[in-house]
Amino acid sequence: MTGVFAAATAAIVVCMGLTLARSIAGPTVFDRILAVNSFGTKTVLLIALVGYLAGRPDFLDLALVYALMNFIGTIAAMKFTRFGDLAGMEDDDSGEVF
Amino acid sequence: MKHAVALFLLLMAVWLLNSGHYTVLITSFGVVSCLLVVWLARRMGIVDEEGVPIHLLPRLPMYLPWIAKEVVKANLDVSRRILGLGRLNISPRLFEAPTTQRTDLGRVLYANSITLTPGTVSIRVHGASITVHAIADEVADDLLGGEMDRRVTRLEGGGR
Amino acid sequence: MAGPIEVLSWVCILSGSVFVIIGGIGLLRLPDFYTRIHAAGITDTLGSWLILAGLMLHEGFTLGAAKLAMLLFFLLTTSPLSSHALAKAAFLRGLDPLQGRDLVDRHEVDDIA
Repeated sequence: MTGVFAAATAAIVVCMGLTLARSIAGPTVFDRILAVNSFGTKTVLLIALVGYLAGRPDFLDLALVYALMNFIGTIAAMKFTRFGDLAGMEDDDSGEVF
Repeated sequence: MKHAVALFLLLMAVWLLNSGHYTVLITSFGVVSCLLVVWLARRMGIVDEEGVPIHLLPRLPMYLPWIAKEVVKANLDVSRRILGLGRLNISPRLFEAPTTQRTDLGRVLYANSITLTPGTVSIRVHGASITVHAIADEVADDLLGGEMDRRVTRLEGGGR
Repeated sequence: MAGPIEVLSWVCILSGSVFVIIGGIGLLRLPDFYTRIHAAGITDTLGSWLILAGLMLHEGFTLGAAKLAMLLFFLLTTSPLSSHALAKAAFLRGLDPLQGRDLVDRHEVDDIA
């Protein structure tokens, strides 16, 4: 069982490397945010797997918190790139928000 | 009121599952914090059919297996396109998908189902149509076939 | 010694890792932002579902499995939302998607670079 967890952890770490390469390569800011968001999803999976690998399933709580933080972080970064500030609600072309 | 009770029960379930401490004192803190959240949500005016869509629950068991099956199929398809040797077998396309849902909630569910399925991403929802980006022509034609649209309309209670 | 449920959980976790890797490859290989969202979608959906389902099978019927189910639910609801928000922000900013089959040349250039 430990071997399976270790293999999955290694696969996710490799994939995080690929994602990081995309976030450095860009080319647009949206590519970078997408890569960081995807990196966050993999971090959630990594935390859960490492918890089982180390025999400490309490790590699941951290994974839960990280999943929510990752979502809010992505939305905040997206909103900042779109409006230029975090409180702005006015849209650039019509009445719709989001 | 029905929706407030449902929201309270849901929050309480989440609290109990995450807490792990079941003494009277700690649990009463949980009850108080859940009541506080329900009160705040009511003040915000989001405790209604749209915010707590309990009326979808009876029909959800029919929709979930279908969307799960679609997501798995789409995953395999997109994986094949990504791993294809030589040139990538993709032909990205932007198109408008018509919707037949009556409520905003239904359209949100439809747009989220489109985005959840790899190969199609909903870009914007305006009025009764959704701008969709698809990774290949076949994927786009599949969506335009309207199967998912019909299923979501049935989920929200309309259609056949 | 390993029961059928354990074996099923191994299969789920390992195939989930494969899909996570495919998503990572797609993120590097696909030619523009909008197509890369689809690659990220693979990691977010089938990859994470299989890994979390595998962990749930390993865990059995306990509080930990309920937490994993909650994790699954959060990922299920937040990942399409953030993909959509990103796509819409990029679209309204005027980032034009590449379209049609004429991507080959550009993709080869990307491969060399």
